[in-house]
Amino acid sequence: MIPPSFEYHRPTDVAGALAVLAEHGDDARVLAGGHSLIPMMKLRMADVPHLIDLQDVAALKGIDISGDQITIGAMTTQHELIASDALHAAAPIIREAALQIADPQVRYMGTIGGNVANGDPGNDMPGLMQCLDARFTLEGADGTRTVAARSFYEAAYMTDRDDEEILTHISFAAPRGGYAYEKQKRKIGDYATAACAALIERDGDKVAAASVAMTNLSDIPVFSEAAAAALVGSACDDAAVKAAVGAALEDIDPTEDNRGPVEFKMHVAGIIISRAIQRAWSRA
Amino acid sequence: MNDLTPDRDERVANLKGLGCSRKRVEDARFTQGKGNYIDDISLPGMLHGDFVRSPYAHARVKSINTDAAMALDGVIAVLTAKDLEPLSLHWMPTLAGDKQMVLADGKVLFQGQEVAFVVARDRYIAADAVDLVEVEYEELPVLVDPFEALKSEVVLREDLDGQTEGAHGPRKHHNHIFTWEVGDEAGTNAVIDDADVVAEETMYYHRTHPCPLEPCGCLASMDKVNGKLTLYGTFQAPHVVRTVASLLSGIEEHNIRVVSPDIGGGFGNKVGVYPGYVCSIVASIVTGVPVKWVEDRMENLMTTAFARDYWMKGRISATREGKITGLHCHVTADHGAFDACADPTKFPAGFMNICTGSYDIPIAYLGVDGVYTNKAPGGVSYRCSFRVTEAVYFIERMIEVLAIELNMDAAELRRINFIRKEQFPYQSALGWEYDSGDYHTAWDKALAAVDYEGLRKEQAERVEAFKRGETRTLMGIGLSFFTEIVGAGPVKNCDILGMGMFDSCEIRIHPTGSAIARLGTISQGQGHATTFAQILASEIGIPADSITIEEGDTDTAPYGLGTYGSRSTPVAGAATAMAGRKIRAKAQMIAAYLLEVHDDDVEFDVDRFVVKGAPERFKTMGEIAYAAYNQAIPGVEPGLEAVSYYDPPNMTYPFGAYVCVMDIDVDTGVTDIRRFYALDDCGTRINPMVIEGQIHGGLTEALAVAMGQEIAYDDMGNVKTGTLMDFFLPTAWEVPNYETDHTVTPSPHHPIGAKGVGESPHVGGVPCFSNAVQDAFRPFGLRHTNMPHDHWRIWKTANGLGLHDT
Repeated sequence: MIPPSFEYHRPTDVAGALAVLAEHGDDARVLAGGHSLIPMMKLRMADVPHLIDLQDVAALKGIDISGDQITIGAMTTQHELIASDALHAAAPIIREAALQIADPQVRYMGTIGGNVANGDPGNDMPGLMQCLDARFTLEGADGTRTVAARSFYEAAYMTDRDDEEILTHISFAAPRGGYAYEKQKRKIGDYATAACAALIERDGDKVAAASVAMTNLSDIPVFSEAAAAALVGSACDDAAVKAAVGAALEDIDPTEDNRGPVEFKMHVAGIIISRAIQRAWSRA
Repeated sequence: MNDLTPDRDERVANLKGLGCSRKRVEDARFTQGKGNYIDDISLPGMLHGDFVRSPYAHARVKSINTDAAMALDGVIAVLTAKDLEPLSLHWMPTLAGDKQMVLADGKVLFQGQEVAFVVARDRYIAADAVDLVEVEYEELPVLVDPFEALKSEVVLREDLDGQTEGAHGPRKHHNHIFTWEVGDEAGTNAVIDDADVVAEETMYYHRTHPCPLEPCGCLASMDKVNGKLTLYGTFQAPHVVRTVASLLSGIEEHNIRVVSPDIGGGFGNKVGVYPGYVCSIVASIVTGVPVKWVEDRMENLMTTAFARDYWMKGRISATREGKITGLHCHVTADHGAFDACADPTKFPAGFMNICTGSYDIPIAYLGVDGVYTNKAPGGVSYRCSFRVTEAVYFIERMIEVLAIELNMDAAELRRINFIRKEQFPYQSALGWEYDSGDYHTAWDKALAAVDYEGLRKEQAERVEAFKRGETRTLMGIGLSFFTEIVGAGPVKNCDILGMGMFDSCEIRIHPTGSAIARLGTISQGQGHATTFAQILASEIGIPADSITIEEGDTDTAPYGLGTYGSRSTPVAGAATAMAGRKIRAKAQMIAAYLLEVHDDDVEFDVDRFVVKGAPERFKTMGEIAYAAYNQAIPGVEPGLEAVSYYDPPNMTYPFGAYVCVMDIDVDTGVTDIRRFYALDDCGTRINPMVIEGQIHGGLTEALAVAMGQEIAYDDMGNVKTGTLMDFFLPTAWEVPNYETDHTVTPSPHHPIGAKGVGESPHVGGVPCFSNAVQDAFRPFGLRHTNMPHDHWRIWKTANGLGLHDT
């Protein structure tokens, strides 16, 4: 658990960080909260000759709520997300999900940007961001662009982000209606055996709009358009939930690990998705 | 005396002696980060060691090229088996009479095995150099299943090939280590074959690991000028380490000083001798400067001593009324690549022959076959006396299975079969003499405390509701009644490598009436500095706050066998009381002289000696201590010191009654422990608060083992659970609220009646948690399912019983 030696960079602005990235290319990585990258370096599974610590880049921190638009700086910690009453009022699903990430010590360091940018299928925020239809802002030498969370993830640890870009902000519209982030894990600090984010808007007795996305049930987060479609227009009764669960299960592809074999994960995923939908509906 | 003289109760309270919930004196430094652990120790010029380890579970080592590593600036040496061979240190003896490679000698036998030892100027360079050592391997067939190993033509231990005799008798196969048999097999089989009712079950007690917070490490410092070797390390038995180091190195024992500093938990993991210790010593001897080696978490989990890994096959017979008539147990014990179990020499399966449990079973048999596989060596007693967790799990599961066979309530079945109070001292069918117990009283108290009848009624209602489709949650009631066997042990039958398992205490009273006591044991968090001072306070009348307890430095402490198997209080605690009584005997003579009466005319009273019948005439222990050093007393040597080496006449047998109430989500396998009640009887209670802490800790480790903690291997011998992501270490979040309770049945042979308690909650807790899971599914036809009861295995049980069919 001793990493190879590396150069440590600590820029104070995004331009400074981009300059180091441009200079060293593949040999440089940005460091956010460090809960994924540092262990990989200690295990010598990641070789990072130039480590760019972003913690002094003030422009990457903070939560901005303007009307129904929410923008969160990439270096905002999970703890800061949980502690923000304004964010909780605007998007309560964030606190509900963030409280299910690891433990307080990890959440004091772990950031939303690191969580979404690393591309680890076990991370909770990517699925949640897909559920919220969030957009990620990426800055590089050629300027700034935004990418939808729903099209950002390509494969495990592979994303649309270019090696020389930095994910700087995350923005999404404040969700309306009911919400739930349901997660089964073996213990505190574990990744999900299965997790599901659900948002449901109600119109009278019917579902007006829905969004369902899942965590750690494929090599990327999974947004299930078909699951949402099965709910919209229904009374969110048992038959509709069953149809939505069936549709969502069609979209996932879990793999066997120490949490259990595929058969178990598919079954638990169905239970977790159904609970998320029912809880979101109960709050809609 | 006058009105200001404290009354007797106040004087007793001032001592903070036996029965006082005195706060732990160690905690001031531990809670402030001021502990002194092995990695806190730094010596001038110190070098750092790190291991090249095998990625393969079984492979021939074709070549090792250290050139690139040696070329790295700051690398001092790279040791391989070839370098150790001239010193005959490429192999070392194990505590179980086997031998173990220190560094790979031609082949590797488990993943993570030590192949080469790099010594460098700092820890970072050492790690870089490890990557530069080139090792060429040729993979060999891997055996991770002991039953396969006993059939396979693959020879794991080529060094033993052709040897038909091992340390514990004949070997049946080249991968077989020993057969150990206790009891009357023919007689037991005859009883079982003729019995009204017989229950059979095979159960696997999975491999796990003690996983102390602090991993293992040491710092060796060879002073070539004075010829003295100092060895600091995470040793649960520092004196034994000194003797073994002397025997291995040829350095005379008086020239070796072993120091165990603060130790961050042991749980059996720090009893053994590891290659890192040997390599550090050799490296320090070679380089002439101190060499430190501290392993990381993955190395600790993957390579240091594991626990359990027992395949247990049982048959138990009873009358139709439920009276047990016989018990047969056979164990296939997976010992990994080397037999490095830490057991008393004559007990290759530890005290597994306590497997008749708390029950009056007239005839029994135990057979154990030890087997080599391509897994890490070890087989230590993880928070239990030697293999007692396995024994208690076995009998507490067999009782449950028998209850199913008899269609009887498992609590009632236990009650019918408990050894009765009047039967103690009780001779068990497998050779132990239980010193004392009152099981029925404890059991009745426990069942009443949890309203057992009410729980069973609620459970029956839940089952009906489940069948009606109104709930998807089942309720399990876990029962366990355990008898521990601790305090190893009587020298007549307990030794480790020939060293008798006595223990010791040496006391010096200072002239001003305070004291220091040194013991042969070593605390790893048990709170010895707190509790041994309390024993002494009550014995010699000096306040516990005025007594320093010191352990772990072999230059100053008396020889002892160390701390494991809940032996410190039964053995060293007894030595402390006995040494205290020697102090008191001398103090009595001094007091009599000072009071100008005959020795027999004074008596001890809390903190003083008083003239019989005239309590206003007295001398306090402080006055006596001062006189001992500063007054010429005819016929009495100056000073006030004593030493006692205590060879216990018997083990002690703590016991307890536990109940767990658990709700289980049938669809996800998620469990919720609603209630856990633990009644412990450890005899005389020295410090109730420390006992409660011990019970909380032991139950939490029991929760871990029962509900998810395991060292799992794939077919290639790769460790699948080598990090704390996958190896379950419970946090406050997963731990339920524990209700503790007690009865007190003092040990009749221990000087203060104490029995040892640190491991009881682990021994009793594992079957209790497991039985709760199994009990939840009993109404649906489950007989037995193996631990650990993690979500997917519970789900699989429910699935197998058809509970997911809609």
